Amino acid sequence: MEPTPSDKTAESEIAFQARIDAGETIEPRDWMPERYRKQLVRMMSQHAHSEVVGMLPEGNWITRAPSLRRKIGLLAKVQDEAGHGLYLYGAAETLGVSRDEMIDQLLAGVSKYSSIFNYPTLTWADVGAIGWLVDGAAIVNQTMLAKTSYGPYARAMLRICAEENFHKRQGFEILATLAQGTPEQRAMAQDAVNRWWWPTLMMFGPPDEASPHSAELMGWKVKPKSNDELRQRFVDLAVPQAKAMGLTLPDPELRWDEEKRQWRFGTIDWQEFWRVVRGDGQMNRERLRERRRAHDEGRWVREAAEAHEAKRRARAAAKIGR
Amino acid sequence: MSESAARDADWPLWEVFVQEEGGAAHVHAGSIHAPDREMALQNARDVYARRGRAASLWVVESSAITATTPADRAPFFEPAFDKIYRHPQFYKVPRGVRGL
Repeated sequence: MEPTPSDKTAESEIAFQARIDAGETIEPRDWMPERYRKQLVRMMSQHAHSEVVGMLPEGNWITRAPSLRRKIGLLAKVQDEAGHGLYLYGAAETLGVSRDEMIDQLLAGVSKYSSIFNYPTLTWADVGAIGWLVDGAAIVNQTMLAKTSYGPYARAMLRICAEENFHKRQGFEILATLAQGTPEQRAMAQDAVNRWWWPTLMMFGPPDEASPHSAELMGWKVKPKSNDELRQRFVDLAVPQAKAMGLTLPDPELRWDEEKRQWRFGTIDWQEFWRVVRGDGQMNRERLRERRRAHDEGRWVREAAEAHEAKRRARAAAKIGR
Repeated sequence: MSESAARDADWPLWEVFVQEEGGAAHVHAGSIHAPDREMALQNARDVYARRGRAASLWVVESSAITATTPADRAPFFEPAFDKIYRHPQFYKVPRGVRGL
């Protein structure tokens, strides 16, 4: 009997899983289950959008940075985020989706980005808190993703991790400096940490038992570690760093677990998490409005680039014709 | 969504190769969109060489690259598997002879 198409798919899926289990890397032209491709497009485009939308809360402070040293650092960081978005769009395009489609979905509000960027940056200290906490959390996540089973994604992550270490340190330096400043500066630093701490813990996603995609993604080694494992790793890194700055973390239940040799922390408000994911955070509408405006205002640049190329081509053609 | 006149899907995709220091090989870094080769080079610099760790950049239109397919991986490379005589270990050298 001839094998049916579904027999063939099942066979391919078994072979695919065997490659994953053997620790092989999947490359763009390899066979992959449609669902693997879809999940990666979803993850990578969301990741790319997060880099791009992530420029907005910090970009807000470039013109008001307190010194030239702070300004060049912040400018370079925001420029990096744009570059990281491009690495990720490029890597996602290897799965057969175009950057235009992905950006359209972002601007239409269909595709998501990290909810952390739906919180406002109220003071200069928030720029420090984002660098230290948000980039710190992103590095923990991305260091894990550098070992993901999809080759182009893993390579983009390696590149990004190497660059983001400076983001975390510039944030730490900003906060540590404020923490040693006047009482007002100290209070400003503490207030920023108080506001950013819990949303940062939410960045790792819902707890493992409530995460709709986790089991599948871990089975394919798209995510080699779970949300809760990564969250714990981040907390264990952040607690002594906060202490080093002389700042506290807004969690009365935070305490050292000698047996497990890790920091125990309080309960995360998952209702807030889902509320912001669903679009009702403080800044959801504002961020999309800003992103659409930037896209529209950049149109003339894209058109000028095309006009230049058309002119160049016409000149070259005329030369040949002569 | 308003239809943009300048959509980058119409811009070719370019593969970027970076040589990190003189004498090293150019290594694939990723890809970028650009309307022409000059801008492809500039975009590649802005995206893949922001830390000064680049001695040279190549951009190649992705469509100009011909590659092996995963399906013919085995038959395509197979002829090289049994040519052990292309490795130095295939040749016998008397004990005690050095520098070979």
